[in-house]
Amino acid sequence: MELLSNVPTGPIEQAWDKHKFELKLINPANKRKYNIIVVGSGLAGGAAAASLGELGYNVQCFCFQDSPRRAHSIAAQGGINAAKNYHNDGDSVYRLFYDTVKGGDFRARESNVYRLAQVSVNIIDQCVAQGVPFAREYGGLLDNRSFGGAQVSRTFYARGQTGQQLLLGAYQALERQIGAGTVKMYPRAEMLDLIVVDGKASGIVTRDLLNGKIDVHMADAVILATGGYGNVFYLSTNAKGCNVTASWRAHKRGALFANPCFTQIHPTCIPVSGDYQSKLTLMSESLRNDGRVWVPKKAGDKRPPNQITEEERDYFLERRYPSFGNLVPRDIASRAIKQVCDEGRGVGETGLGVYLDFADAIKRLGIQKIAERYGNLFEMYERITGENPYEVPMRIYPASHYTMGGLWVDYNLMSTIPGLFVLGEANFSDHGANRLGASALMQGLADGYFIIPYTIGNYLAAAKPAKASADAREAKEAVANVSNITKKLLNGTGKRTVDSFHRELGKIVWDYCGMARNEAGLKKALSLIPSLREEFWKNVRVLGSNEEFNQSLEKAGRVADFFELAELMCIDALDRDESCGGHFREEYQTPEGEARRDDEHFSYVAAWEYKGQGQPPALSKEPLTFNYVHPSQRSYK
Amino acid sequence: MVRYDVPNVNEHMSFLEMLDVLNESLIEKGEDPVAFDHDCREGICGMCGMMINGKAHGGFKGTTVCQLHMRHFQDGDELFLEPWRAKAFPVVKDLAVSRGSFDRIIAAGGFVTVSTGSPQDANNIPVKKMDADLAMDAAACIGCGACVAACPNAAAALFVGAKISHLGHLPQGQPERDRRAIAMVQQMRIEDFANCTNIGECTAVCPKEIKLEVIARMNRDYLKAAITKRPESTLDVGG
Repeated sequence: MELLSNVPTGPIEQAWDKHKFELKLINPANKRKYNIIVVGSGLAGGAAAASLGELGYNVQCFCFQDSPRRAHSIAAQGGINAAKNYHNDGDSVYRLFYDTVKGGDFRARESNVYRLAQVSVNIIDQCVAQGVPFAREYGGLLDNRSFGGAQVSRTFYARGQTGQQLLLGAYQALERQIGAGTVKMYPRAEMLDLIVVDGKASGIVTRDLLNGKIDVHMADAVILATGGYGNVFYLSTNAKGCNVTASWRAHKRGALFANPCFTQIHPTCIPVSGDYQSKLTLMSESLRNDGRVWVPKKAGDKRPPNQITEEERDYFLERRYPSFGNLVPRDIASRAIKQVCDEGRGVGETGLGVYLDFADAIKRLGIQKIAERYGNLFEMYERITGENPYEVPMRIYPASHYTMGGLWVDYNLMSTIPGLFVLGEANFSDHGANRLGASALMQGLADGYFIIPYTIGNYLAAAKPAKASADAREAKEAVANVSNITKKLLNGTGKRTVDSFHRELGKIVWDYCGMARNEAGLKKALSLIPSLREEFWKNVRVLGSNEEFNQSLEKAGRVADFFELAELMCIDALDRDESCGGHFREEYQTPEGEARRDDEHFSYVAAWEYKGQGQPPALSKEPLTFNYVHPSQRSYK
Repeated sequence: MVRYDVPNVNEHMSFLEMLDVLNESLIEKGEDPVAFDHDCREGICGMCGMMINGKAHGGFKGTTVCQLHMRHFQDGDELFLEPWRAKAFPVVKDLAVSRGSFDRIIAAGGFVTVSTGSPQDANNIPVKKMDADLAMDAAACIGCGACVAACPNAAAALFVGAKISHLGHLPQGQPERDRRAIAMVQQMRIEDFANCTNIGECTAVCPKEIKLEVIARMNRDYLKAAITKRPESTLDVGG
């Protein structure tokens, strides 16, 4: 398939302004004649639904939680980047653009990233106007901190709860529109299929999670803002409900899935404690501003940390990357941690952990200052582990956190199905092969507040408001498809729980398509996953019926989709014979153990087309060209 | 009431992981699992919550039930689990309830009316650090509903007061301060939340430790707005 990115021509600094001017408009009185569906209510979905409602469109917004305020954006801790240069340290739109393209290991589309950096400054203005209580200095102006992958302080924050405060800002704007009647909210509703009529996205099929009712909703355009697929690993920092179902079912209806193997493993999470573990908790990257990462120099050194002297410690990030030190990007930090643990120098009961030590920072700044900066994170750590990080160094280990891959979109954020737009983590667009810290919040809000309101109008203006009928053959077929899946899941006389399958799948993906991958491992995963999937459909046990609040049934449908996605991830990882960002193929590394990219052969976006059950997916390539930031080996040394 | 035995509880498990283990064993036996709401499991989404031995979230300081670990209990303890108790939170199933009433209160006025566009530069209006900090203290509310469940009156004053305080401490919240107080308090009554009688159970169980003073602030704002408000016909409280 030919992928038309619709990137505007001309100098990158003017591309977005020029493009906005060229986009068609819809007269205010006509906007209410158009119906738009938004699936997801996080930063991207909530911001989009609110902004489109304000513009006068008829919006229907769906989320699976009991309230739109619960979307997982709420859990983001550290902050949001913006090129404000309030601190006179040399920041600019161009530098944020440059850092993001480089941080993504030259696998993102330049024009999208430039636009993201441009609108970053508007986001902060918008959020402050909404009443988001960002941290401030005594003079009353906004405070900033630094984050990984950057040498300037451009991260705005609200204690360790930045995601929560930004989401509440978007949620309040959304509730205002719900009150005003421009947005109709459907909580506890899960999208289970996309309806495509005459090649255009025309509606969705949902299940009411309270009573199992299957509904058809038709519209002039559909927006997916349904987050990432990090839960494919079972253990991740994502919320338990995060899933790929909406994206995956749209993929099966024709939307191409791009770079599925680009997943981010976050270096600073609380290590696994046992096999009952249901999720992993992130400790914000901001901790690496003041915390120092170390392990004992000697393998197998099991002494408590306070008995290991300064000379016996290896501050391996500072040693290997003197200019960025503990603040190297996430992919690099995670890999370095894995390496020292593989050498047998890991700490804690399992040996899968390293220390993140605040002793020096406390000595330098005093306990008060550290408590002010990280108090709530320290409390959270203590609540989970029972250890006090003011006295004992934290133990951390990498965990699945974010997925850069997602549905392919063009410059207008439209997928390969006309009328289907994809925002936020659910799309693939801006982070390349690795996302920098504090950039996910920026992208979600950029897509929702400042990009989709313009680009969707252009699509709608070209079509008359004429939503297809719910009686359309395609709608009935989608409903039948959903009912079939439900029936298959409920009819089983199986023995194993959904979670036991999910856990086993997650372990396969983590072992063979996690922080490090190789050809043999990926091939092994590609033989294990289909056989486990087969067993899943034969032997999964889902009790109860469709016509009730049935959490096992919800989970079963999501895990079924994770099986198919996991296979595509491995296919993509096997096809990409290079290392870049979060995708580290052991066969392709420099003598120092760093990722070795192959720009000559792999400077493209890999977009996969679904070809039917049991058929290999078809690969289309969108070549990436770099006119501004010239690809080089990423160095943080 | 149903009684379940849960052997093999590990002290590092979270409370919800203990329920996961119970549910896995129930499904294996062919019995219906216990329904409970949860999502982020890091104490921020506000989705989880239940009464444990009569206390919201178990009654541990600043802790949601998903962040509560089994090391706080003794082997052999008998725990009584109930859903949130309030007329305004109808039970969905087992331990899950519906909290749509909270959303409708926010929709009535818990926002700053500013459409997406080009507001002034974020640093144009300085905000005293103290005010920003107080706003943040109140804004930390996660909307879990523990305050309502713990209140003998099933009042929502802590939740509503938190939002009124958050926006009321900031310059951006001033233009709508009066109408916000009136609209939110009115909606709170429509939703069948009872009146606050200053008992303080809410703040004692609040996992984000929202202070009782937010209720005083709500009352002050409401009173002032009610006394000074213009006739109903010109006052559009719907937002």
